[in-house]
Amino acid sequence: MRIAIASGKGGTGKTTAAVALARVMGSCVLVDCDVEAPNAHLFLNPEVQNTQDAYVMIPEVDDGKCTGCGECSRVCQFNALAVLGKSVLVFNELCHGCGGCVLACEPKAITEGGRLIGTMQWGKAGDLDFYDAKLRIGEPMSPPLIKALKHQAELSEAENTILDCPPGTTCPMVEAVGGADYCILVTEPTPFGLHDLNMAYQTVQELGIPAGVILNRAGMGDDCIQNYCKANGIPILLEIPHSREIAEGYAAGKDILSSMPSLEDGFKKVINTISEGLNNG
Amino acid sequence: MAETGKAKTITIISGKGGTGKTSVTAAFASLAAPVVVADCDVDAANLHLLLSPEVEKSVDFYAMPIARINQDLCVGCGLCNDLCRYEAIVVQDDNYSVDPLACEACLVCKEHCPEQAIGTVERQAGYWFLSQARTGPMVHASLGIAQENSGKLVTEVRKAAAEVAEKEKLGLVLVDGPPGIGCAVMASLTGADLVIAVTEATQSGLKDLIRVNDLCNHFKIPIHIIVNKCDLNPEVTQAVRKWAQEAEAPIIGEIPYDTDFTKAMIEAKTIVEYKSSRIGDELKSIWNTVLETMKSIV
Repeated sequence: MRIAIASGKGGTGKTTAAVALARVMGSCVLVDCDVEAPNAHLFLNPEVQNTQDAYVMIPEVDDGKCTGCGECSRVCQFNALAVLGKSVLVFNELCHGCGGCVLACEPKAITEGGRLIGTMQWGKAGDLDFYDAKLRIGEPMSPPLIKALKHQAELSEAENTILDCPPGTTCPMVEAVGGADYCILVTEPTPFGLHDLNMAYQTVQELGIPAGVILNRAGMGDDCIQNYCKANGIPILLEIPHSREIAEGYAAGKDILSSMPSLEDGFKKVINTISEGLNNG
Repeated sequence: MAETGKAKTITIISGKGGTGKTSVTAAFASLAAPVVVADCDVDAANLHLLLSPEVEKSVDFYAMPIARINQDLCVGCGLCNDLCRYEAIVVQDDNYSVDPLACEACLVCKEHCPEQAIGTVERQAGYWFLSQARTGPMVHASLGIAQENSGKLVTEVRKAAAEVAEKEKLGLVLVDGPPGIGCAVMASLTGADLVIAVTEATQSGLKDLIRVNDLCNHFKIPIHIIVNKCDLNPEVTQAVRKWAQEAEAPIIGEIPYDTDFTKAMIEAKTIVEYKSSRIGDELKSIWNTVLETMKSIV
């Protein structure tokens, strides 16, 4: 079972929920797919066993062989190559690594090298297999790193996977949520929370992934989330009360089950509800 | 602000999501009005919920065209599938098609299809809007569901905001940026004269602030810091202060944990419009510091 935790709006409690769910599941894989701002490790203090750099392919042009014909620049949809006289200027950060220029180069002046996009690491946090990655500063593209990280995490033997996803509803979120059996959308009872929940819900529907909601900070705002979920037939799996105590615990890097142990049953029920739902098709 | 040729741009980002970027941007907009505001968090745009803009112009946004296979011409040779590096070619019973969510729009398949069976399909991926908010002109956007290319849309929003500032002779553009440090953030930072990073006094907030600071250093853009929820954990607040001092990133304000932000949001008001409050006063004082700072940025 692969459960993705996503949100639309940032800061609603995705990581809090992901860590708590992983804790109550016991042995499973937790993949922190928020490679731009990874934080799950702060709450789990994993023992890192391996690190590995991740790359995307970029063109390397041999000026000796280049005839300046301009074919590479013509086929590149991302404007990553510009021909200046008889040499080619490569804008590494614009390259998407499609390999089109290599195929287009008649004199075979282009080979491929790697552009470092980030570094992955993995290890153990108690019974958990933990995976995360950091996007290199100045690297625009997070989806290839998320993809590489998810591939790496597939090597784990644990049966269940929790994917802690980045905020938003565009490519990084779609890459992280892809392949999940179920998606938990974490939100808060505010106009921002509602607006972004709606975006995120439509996105997972588009991807064909069943979804439910964890309402965090319940009681802080109004009833907009309950009303929205009722109107759209979305189950609210758990309500986490608005509590300064939880916020203070979070600030110190304490996971929510340590700040409020009474929530353990609630998180267990979330797992049971989802697995029963999936088993019953 | 005094008009001195090209408008200055202040971009508000955070690294971590949900630290209060949009609430802070909206408060600044109230205090700086008339001012141009640009909501560059096109993934999860929220600023319009506080500033209630009236749309005056709506412009279609097209993402890069993706590949489409013409089934009548396709002979099923499979070359497109061999060349595609994004697993975007779907093969079902010898029928080849393109998964629009996986297609990277590189068009390598189109270039090499021996039957010329692959064309492109334009994708209207969203809109951007030129609007009037109660704080002045506002540029914002709405991206379709599960779309890519938010960096490209961010760039369009940013450019439109600069144009309207010039046309209406307004000296300042406030940009509300997205969370993270990737493509959309980098597109938001282009042209920024000053970055204000809104962080929160939590371990996560600090970690992500450090990454945002590294990014701003990478682009050589000055960064100032606002610490939200500064009273949650005195030790973490102290750690943020210490780090900021060492990083030479000035802290220009600290805001206590307060649900007035939420109450104001529910009434669709900015915190300085909402009622007289301690965080409203704090934001006024922060804004005066920002104005002082901007004087020294030429």
